[in-house]
Amino acid sequence: MTAKISIRHLYKIFGPREKEMVAKVKAGIDKPTLLEQHSHVLGLDDINVDIQAGQTTVIMGLSGSGKSTLIRHLNRLIDPTAGEIRVDGDDIMKLGKSELRRLRQKKMSMVFQKFALLPHRTVLQNAMMPLSVQGVAASEQDREARKWLARVGLDGFEDRYPAQLSGGMQQRVGIARALTANTDIMLMDEAFSALDPLIRTDMQNLLLELQAELHKTIVFITHDLDEALKLADHLVILKDGAVVQQGEPQQILLEPATPYIEDFVSDINRARVLRVGSVTSPLSASRFDGDIDAGSTLEKLIALSDGDTNHVYRVMRGDEVIGQLDMKDLVKALVPRVRSSGESGAPKG
Amino acid sequence: MAAYDNLFDTLGLRDWCDADKSEAPMSMAQLLSQTQGADAAAEETGLPFPSLDVLHESCHAIGQTRDLTAGLEEGFLSIRGQLKTVLDPITQPLSWMLDGTLYVFETTPWWVMIPLLLLLSWVVSRSRAVTAFVAVVLLFFALIDHYEVAMQTLAIVFVCTGLSVLLGVPIGIGMSRSNTAQRLIVPILDLLQTLPTFVYLIPLIFLFSVTESKLYGIAIILYAIVPVIRLTDLGIRLVDQDVVEAANAFGMTPNQKLFRVELPLALPNIMAGVNQTIMMSLAMVVIASLVSAPGLGVLVLRGIRNLELGVGIVAGLGIVLLAVILDRVSKAALSRVDKQRNAQ
Ligand SMILES: Nc1ncnc2c1ncn2[C@@H]1O[C@H](COP(=O)(O)OP(=O)(O)O)[C@@H](O)[C@H]1O
Ligand SMILES: [Mg+2]
Repeated sequence: MTAKISIRHLYKIFGPREKEMVAKVKAGIDKPTLLEQHSHVLGLDDINVDIQAGQTTVIMGLSGSGKSTLIRHLNRLIDPTAGEIRVDGDDIMKLGKSELRRLRQKKMSMVFQKFALLPHRTVLQNAMMPLSVQGVAASEQDREARKWLARVGLDGFEDRYPAQLSGGMQQRVGIARALTANTDIMLMDEAFSALDPLIRTDMQNLLLELQAELHKTIVFITHDLDEALKLADHLVILKDGAVVQQGEPQQILLEPATPYIEDFVSDINRARVLRVGSVTSPLSASRFDGDIDAGSTLEKLIALSDGDTNHVYRVMRGDEVIGQLDMKDLVKALVPRVRSSGESGAPKG
Repeated sequence: MAAYDNLFDTLGLRDWCDADKSEAPMSMAQLLSQTQGADAAAEETGLPFPSLDVLHESCHAIGQTRDLTAGLEEGFLSIRGQLKTVLDPITQPLSWMLDGTLYVFETTPWWVMIPLLLLLSWVVSRSRAVTAFVAVVLLFFALIDHYEVAMQTLAIVFVCTGLSVLLGVPIGIGMSRSNTAQRLIVPILDLLQTLPTFVYLIPLIFLFSVTESKLYGIAIILYAIVPVIRLTDLGIRLVDQDVVEAANAFGMTPNQKLFRVELPLALPNIMAGVNQTIMMSLAMVVIASLVSAPGLGVLVLRGIRNLELGVGIVAGLGIVLLAVILDRVSKAALSRVDKQRNAQ
């Protein structure tokens, strides 16, 4: 399977002599040293990520880890210092100005942390913007914009101005605008970070619903691990501009690659996030206390078993038996892997 | 013996100094010392500042200060011809516009003109109170027989403001696009704003005939264009960069970005600039009456020249009234735009 977007050996260094600095970074100089000795900021350090079509790829990291820089490379709002980005197999570094505009109009849309709506335009006009930029017929602009506004729950608000709406509703407009563009790829830079927790949950659910229906290729950025685990098919964790671990989110939870990630995932409510399928072992028991779907959370199974650790369940995916789950394994999975002694604490914030 | 003779002698410059010793015109200091006699002689014992005039006494090769001003004048006069051939045709439309608009404002009967102006106030401000206020002021002008001069002033302000906006907004856009352009233009704007207004009438008087309307037109525009340029530049630079980024992310062309995002979002600032431009052209209209601009300014001038106190004060208050209605109308337009943006 070829990836929808493939990123290879991507480097970004901020500063006047970025090209010279790449060699130093490739030779292993780290972010603080580069800043101290050469006053250049290491934005991205040898990023290799494949983004699969129809999946939600979440890029997570603390503030300043280079998430925004990375996502802005995908539509070349920022140009790399070195490296290659392919979208549908085409090297986007080779695009001229008008080809690049076509890419932005037809292939990728974007949702922003601070909504970035046009304040002097109505909700409807904001949602129509991607099509009006392309010069699509007015009637089609109107039809598409209304359709997607209704889909995100904003029918009746078409003639309001953004300032008249709450933050959550403004971001719905932002999402409708991205959907109206009718692109395969949606880039979302901390799209829900500015919203209140309750509204954020609503928006996450809306996104999951839309994604179940539309199967877009979503690149979602967040600094919130809970949000990442909820939305991600593929999770990429960034630190100081470099990828520290990427993979299936459950896998990262169960097998953190570095102490940094161990620390990162240690505060998570694992029972709510981990799924039965992730702690399933091959069938060996002869008697089962019940059947459980592989997609259920451990929390649900704990409730079902009434906390009895002697139970063993048969794990099903649909009608197929895929293994068994011993409640003792479940309990072990709930305890974060303890960091091996002697290693210093990873930064946390 | 003059104060710095020894200096030039020891430097061995005496020959150079006396090379063409002709009787130069006397400097101001010499003239004074002739008339004051003894006093000046006493002063010679001190050490005068080595100004051009003092040095000239010791060394005639060094020019006097008056040569500087004379040189400036000669320099200007020598390029005057070329400057005129370039500037005359370019600025000619300004004369036509001013004369045409003055003609329209003077000849349109009051019962057409006043309703038209009120309609304009309404369209721009959408405020009943402001429009009513404009009506009262206009009728007051008519009542005290100042209607015609007020219209002349208004006509000049309209033309000059319109042209300032037409020229100033593109200049401001250019400035906002390039830091180099901004660095080059800002000192010019500073100069235009701080130069005493009479001073830039001087070269203009040399360039154009005082009977031509463009003379005062240029003076007013040069003075009044500054805020609209500054605030267009500022407004565009202050546009929310997140929104500009969104415009880029959805593939807008530079022109789409300018007309759909940057100018609309900068509009409140640009309109504040236009408001100031209106006020400044109104201020300049009075000074421009020195160089034949018609209108209320002429009456102010008459008040000063002939010591006709009443005439001067009434005309001066008339200018204030005009300023107030222009300000109210343009501010109402500005707040209308602001309100729509932040509507609750
Ligand atoms: N234009 C820029 N010039 C210099 N440094 C920058 C620039 N943009 C981002 N950076 C630096 O790059 C790093 C990553 O920034 P960013 O991608 O915004 O992080 P995040 O979105 O993860 O918070 C930070 O250290 C930031 O200071
Ligand atoms: Mg960011």
